[in-house]
Amino acid sequence: MTICGATTGLEPPLALLAELTHRCPLRCAYCSNPLALDPASRELDTAAWCHVLDEAADLGIIQVHFSGGEPTARKDLEALIAHATAAGLYANLITSAVLLDRARLERLRDAGLQHVQIGFQDTVPAKAELISGFPGGQPKKLEVARAVTDAGMALTVNAIVQRHNIDRVDDFIDMALELKAGRIEIANVQYYGWALKNRAALMPTREQLVRMDERVRVRLPELKGRLVVDYVVPDYYAKRPKACMGGWGRKFLNVTPSGSVLPCHAAETIPGMAFDRVTERPLADIWANSAAFQRYRGTDWMPQPCRSCDQKEIDWGGCRCQALALTGSADNTDPVCDLSEHHGRLGDIAATDGGTAEAPITYRSFSL
Amino acid sequence: MTDGVTEEDRVRLAPGVMLRQDRVRGHWQLLGPERVLILDEVALEVVRAVTAPSQTGQPPVTVGTAIAALAAQFDAPREEIAADVLEVLGDMITKGFLTR
Repeated sequence: MTICGATTGLEPPLALLAELTHRCPLRCAYCSNPLALDPASRELDTAAWCHVLDEAADLGIIQVHFSGGEPTARKDLEALIAHATAAGLYANLITSAVLLDRARLERLRDAGLQHVQIGFQDTVPAKAELISGFPGGQPKKLEVARAVTDAGMALTVNAIVQRHNIDRVDDFIDMALELKAGRIEIANVQYYGWALKNRAALMPTREQLVRMDERVRVRLPELKGRLVVDYVVPDYYAKRPKACMGGWGRKFLNVTPSGSVLPCHAAETIPGMAFDRVTERPLADIWANSAAFQRYRGTDWMPQPCRSCDQKEIDWGGCRCQALALTGSADNTDPVCDLSEHHGRLGDIAATDGGTAEAPITYRSFSL
Repeated sequence: MTDGVTEEDRVRLAPGVMLRQDRVRGHWQLLGPERVLILDEVALEVVRAVTAPSQTGQPPVTVGTAIAALAAQFDAPREEIAADVLEVLGDMITKGFLTR
């Protein structure tokens, strides 16, 4: 581990987001995948992924999140989970659940899978289908969720919150309890990728957010010790940015289906970035030295007001992709921060898009 | 609810939680869904004491039994050990790493 030694002061990463494929039977309007999706023909094969998993474990990564697209679309998922587990990695599966059944879940568990996170678009089936563009998803998700806990694995309900379901946050919590989930993510949509394209159809109003926030805070005490709640507050109505990815190139790395290594899953939207590929350069070298990871790591890159701010090693300047999307340059302070000169624009967008009555949805697809 | 972990309770690792030594960083940790809890020496001994039997297929011991074992192991007053153990366990249950 010389690369991560004391000379550089760089800590090893904690987690790997392994985007095994961009294929997915769902067409969710909020998908955070890029608009230009990797086709199946460009996906890394089993051996290449096994090599990545070995390198990740050697680098000090503790947890791997098998994601996508829909990771269960990969027939070699069992083999990859077994390989990750043998390498000492903790395996999480981030899934829509619609391709799973009890028999496959048990095979995945036997391969070493510890935790399954299932994304729910709503608690009302017809409304879930409006967002996912996938008929019949809800009963299937509920069936698979029960099979996860029956098989002895940990279950997370990922409630992806936007305008059409935000008034049912109580129902999401009740559903998680009923399914015996150990954890719920109440995740307000982050507006990147397809979600950015659909922002006018998804952005809640300020009044909706205030009501949701009140309900979550009312429920938290009774959930203590029963259900772990990870609550992602919506950026557009915030005053300070979140430490996106725990800071650029500090804790996480993301490998795309075709093998590019990204500091965050939306980093490909930033112009002028060059990404190394796992098939061409060792992962430890990419983590420590690649131009993409160096570009916004630490505080040297920061403009004002970040540079002289006492929060700069807390929020690390916020999110680069959001700065790009909303200010035109990824080099700027995240405009979620009310010290940003662009902060006012955020309120304008939230008011405009949140107030749009019936904006059409563009469903995720391989060709726009 | 976490209020009042008692010496009669039996606790075990929650589904999807593993006790493991980090082979790069060296410390012991509990790994759970999307989370890691780094254990200091006290926390590690507490986790071992309450979960060791169930790791080998035995039924979990009561918290009181684990406290007695730790008091003997460290030759310390039982009341002191008990206070530490109940606090550590309550915190780990709240964070979802242990369950009753």
